[in-house]
Amino acid sequence: MTSESPTAAVLKIQMRGVYKAFDATTVLDGINLDVATGNVIALIGASGSGKSTLLRCVNLLEPVDDGEIFFDGVDIAEPGLDPDPIRRRIGMVFQSFNLFPHMSVTDNVAIGPRKVLGVSKSQARSDGLEMLTRLGLGERADAYPDQLSGGQQQRVAIARSLAMNPEVMLLDEITSALDPELVGEVLDVIRGLKEAGMTMLFATHEMAFAREISDTVCFLHKGRILEEGPPDQIFGDPREPRTKAFLQRVTDAGRL
Amino acid sequence: MTVPPLTRRAVYEQKQRRRAMVIATVSTTIALVAVVVLIPLTPGWEKVKKSFFDADIFVESFPGLLDAFLLDLKILFVSTPLILIVALLIALARGARRPAMFPLKAFAVIYTDVLRGIPVILLVFLIGFGVPALGLSRELSNPVIWGTVTLVLSYSAYVSEVMRAGIDSVHESQRAAARSLGMTGHQTMSAVVLPQAFRRIVPPLMNSFVSLQKDVALVSLIGPVEILRQAGIDKAKTANFTPYVAAAVIFLALTIPFTRLADWALARQRRRTGATTIA
Repeated sequence: MTSESPTAAVLKIQMRGVYKAFDATTVLDGINLDVATGNVIALIGASGSGKSTLLRCVNLLEPVDDGEIFFDGVDIAEPGLDPDPIRRRIGMVFQSFNLFPHMSVTDNVAIGPRKVLGVSKSQARSDGLEMLTRLGLGERADAYPDQLSGGQQQRVAIARSLAMNPEVMLLDEITSALDPELVGEVLDVIRGLKEAGMTMLFATHEMAFAREISDTVCFLHKGRILEEGPPDQIFGDPREPRTKAFLQRVTDAGRL
Repeated sequence: MTVPPLTRRAVYEQKQRRRAMVIATVSTTIALVAVVVLIPLTPGWEKVKKSFFDADIFVESFPGLLDAFLLDLKILFVSTPLILIVALLIALARGARRPAMFPLKAFAVIYTDVLRGIPVILLVFLIGFGVPALGLSRELSNPVIWGTVTLVLSYSAYVSEVMRAGIDSVHESQRAAARSLGMTGHQTMSAVVLPQAFRRIVPPLMNSFVSLQKDVALVSLIGPVEILRQAGIDKAKTANFTPYVAAAVIFLALTIPFTRLADWALARQRRRTGATTIA
């Protein structure tokens, strides 16, 4: 654990020995992670290191095989627990946006509050429009997802998530499917969320962004958090040889 | 008048269009001439013309056939919604993931296997003659009812498979997105998966609908005087096949517009959601 490990009282998420395997392949091999309220945590590591699975486990999209995940002190990794009440408090944004192509942008944003929170259709739509306007998409409110650029689509996906007023946001490589010139507009939205004090856990290949925005960076390797620390330390003075090797590869590829 | 400058592609496409038009015109003309000139030259043409294309008999039998066709329409419009509902329930039962639903799932598998495996015409006989033989009350022995039930059973088995394919074609990531918002499995199915699945299966559904329009005529085999049977009666009366041609014309008048309507609806959908087509 890091030296500035927060006390349990302000911990939003606490993962203890989380283990997950797909058939014979171990994907998460004893993850311990503390996320304090308002903290922004970046997960870095090679493809297949378990970043995405970790995020999906927090949202219960993947059932955890073993270990505990405390969300506000309640163990949500409990087998058989109804995941719906938990998920509505946790927002998730996906690499490939996953917008609903048969609905207008506004309806994409309004569907969660309407179906899950029981907000009236007109109220949900006007709230949705407000959210879209806040993210600079007010003019595209009536468009359909396929009519938007990738960056716009991803901002709609973020708006859809935020419309549920989540306590935590999970971002799964949300810029990986975007053209380089569209990455900035999405990252701007995330910067705004950090300023607003949103608790975020994100997997990314954008090292510069991870360094800029996160409070803690976790380097994952083969399903374990191999190294964890403040971004300046991880990027400036990595201790683990594997972290060094990974960052070296990323630097060589021109991504840092 | 100034000629607007044409791009290389525009010039090329214009040339292609003209060429296509000329070829289409020539080939159509040749085909038409062949039909109009060659068929009357066949030795049996005069006889065929008399027994299949008799204008007087056509006009005479048409109103009666149209009347009888109302029964076909009635059966069609009662069975269509029932087919959709039963098919959806069967498709959902087949896709059920919870172990408690296993009996339903097994039933759905048997239902589709058995009912798709029996020819509709055989099913019409079996149910149409078999069920009333149980000695039900008079109203329940009406062959129209059992003919309709047969169509619903047979077609729902087919359509449920189409629906299942449609449901399976919606990517898992759509479910993940809906569930991550906190939507329940049912909400995800009804608001996210089914609307997308239905859009995708409109063409095959329309195909089944057109097919159903025609198969309604099979109900005539167990008694009801619908258009096919009426045409048979007229044929016997006039000793002429023209009533069958008239019946065919009436069927076409219904099926062709529906097919076009489906194409139009699909094209509009594609335009609206902005999906592009690759030539």
